[in-house]
Amino acid sequence: MLQIRDLHAYYGKSHVLHGVNMDIARGEIVALLGRNGVGRSTTCKAVMGQVALEGSIRFKDQELAGRRSFEIARMGVGYVPENRDIFAGLTTRQNLNLGVKPGQKGGRWTMEDMFELFPNLRNRADVDAAVLSGGEQQMLTMCRTLMGDPEVIMIDEPTEGLSPQMTQRVADLLNEISRRGVSILLVEQKLAIALDIADRVYVMGHGQVVFEGTPDDLRARADVRKEWLEV
Amino acid sequence: MDLILVTMIDGLVTGLLLFMLSSGLTLIFSMMGVLNFAHASFYMLGAYFAYQISRYIGFWPALFIAPVLVGLVGAAVERYGLRRVHKYGHVAELIFTFGLALLIEEVVQFVWGKGHVEYNAPESLQFALFSIADYEIAAYKIFMIAVAAAIFIALLLILTRTRVGMVIQAALTHPDTVEALGHNVPLVFMGVFGVGSALAGVAGVIAGPVLGTFPGMAVVLGSIVFVTIVVGGLGSLWGALVASLLIGWLTTFAASYNIGMADLLGALGIEPPADLSESLLRDIWTLSLPQVGPILPYLLMVLVLVFRPYGLFGNRDA
Repeated sequence: MLQIRDLHAYYGKSHVLHGVNMDIARGEIVALLGRNGVGRSTTCKAVMGQVALEGSIRFKDQELAGRRSFEIARMGVGYVPENRDIFAGLTTRQNLNLGVKPGQKGGRWTMEDMFELFPNLRNRADVDAAVLSGGEQQMLTMCRTLMGDPEVIMIDEPTEGLSPQMTQRVADLLNEISRRGVSILLVEQKLAIALDIADRVYVMGHGQVVFEGTPDDLRARADVRKEWLEV
Repeated sequence: MDLILVTMIDGLVTGLLLFMLSSGLTLIFSMMGVLNFAHASFYMLGAYFAYQISRYIGFWPALFIAPVLVGLVGAAVERYGLRRVHKYGHVAELIFTFGLALLIEEVVQFVWGKGHVEYNAPESLQFALFSIADYEIAAYKIFMIAVAAAIFIALLLILTRTRVGMVIQAALTHPDTVEALGHNVPLVFMGVFGVGSALAGVAGVIAGPVLGTFPGMAVVLGSIVFVTIVVGGLGSLWGALVASLLIGWLTTFAASYNIGMADLLGALGIEPPADLSESLLRDIWTLSLPQVGPILPYLLMVLVLVFRPYGLFGNRDA
């Protein structure tokens, strides 16, 4: 569904990605692991058209490289950035409504679905989203992207700074997303969750993919974990 | 008392005029991070376009056509100029808008000459609507207030009640995230730049007959507009409104009341030195309020920057 081939990305003059290759099939949960600064977020941004890049990114047999971010989103790629940027000054409901794309009709998700999954959001539907807790804001940014009915969704560090209880709710939502046939690229620090829910994992180091396999493969490779993941 | 009321009305006119410029400038700055030096030039273009159009088909069609033309010029500047310069960073953008301001001034001088042009309020509005004591209030002043108030209400409704308004509000702070949700943010930028320019154009159309239509009119108002958005807080529409009115009243009241510094210091119980000509501070004793009036907005800006650097209504994080 999503094929990344020989992807190079640049921030100004610094060369951040050095030939990344990656595949995500329909309905698959793929975890993207690695330490901070190895290019995981940049990979997401490159797919979303937010950084200068070379190489090929194909989605449903169409080339994404060179397109504007909003076109890529309208083709069915969803992105939940790491920095939880909810739109302060707008209510929870208005935030969710902005996730709906111009001209979009229906989709897998309704606002009622979101409120059922996260009753907290219903309780605070009409208050300024800036007053939500960190966990609620994380839920809101994920739900907002889902309102646009993406076919593949890239989620950057959704459990960062969350309590174990909230982390479990994020994991439940990821499974629900997958159950509805949406592919997931999950950027994650917490190895346990990633290995628990992912179908396949990629490990990145120095702007390249250094390991690719199933969660069981990674569990068996203590050397890979030691060199590229453990701090 | 009567003078206060009359000065209030004059200050309101000045303030609302400032608001028509500062509202667009503050939205453009917040959204694109560009401090548009050419913003007041669009105000000037509004006045000149209206002057030219009104010579052929009268003031009323010009009131609508001139701002639309200015808006189109603004949108084209964003689409074919700023957007290309954007990738070279904010300094390049700043220099671009600065150059544009100079270019517009030169073009205006080339086409319409260096002097004032005969651009007047329509005859249908050249009468005294009512008078307060001995002061006559021109109908045109009330017309200016009505136009500015209508524009403010329309702007507020669009920003808070429509989906486009929501997208604009969100894009003020998070343009990348909004675009990643599938909204055509480049188009929104062009639209906001165009509408902001058109608003400045409207201000020019209605202010031209009162403040004069000449090639220096952009420079005269331009710096005050920057002061206004800094005082109000960058990106805040309410801040722009409050700061505009504040500065409008501040300057108008200062110009209307001939209070000397000597009176003020006298009221505080400070007596002038016996021989004024020998005193180091002799200039302070002869100052009057109308003289210092024009620097009051800048003084206000300095105070705001010292005590509330993000402006009266600004966001600390922004």
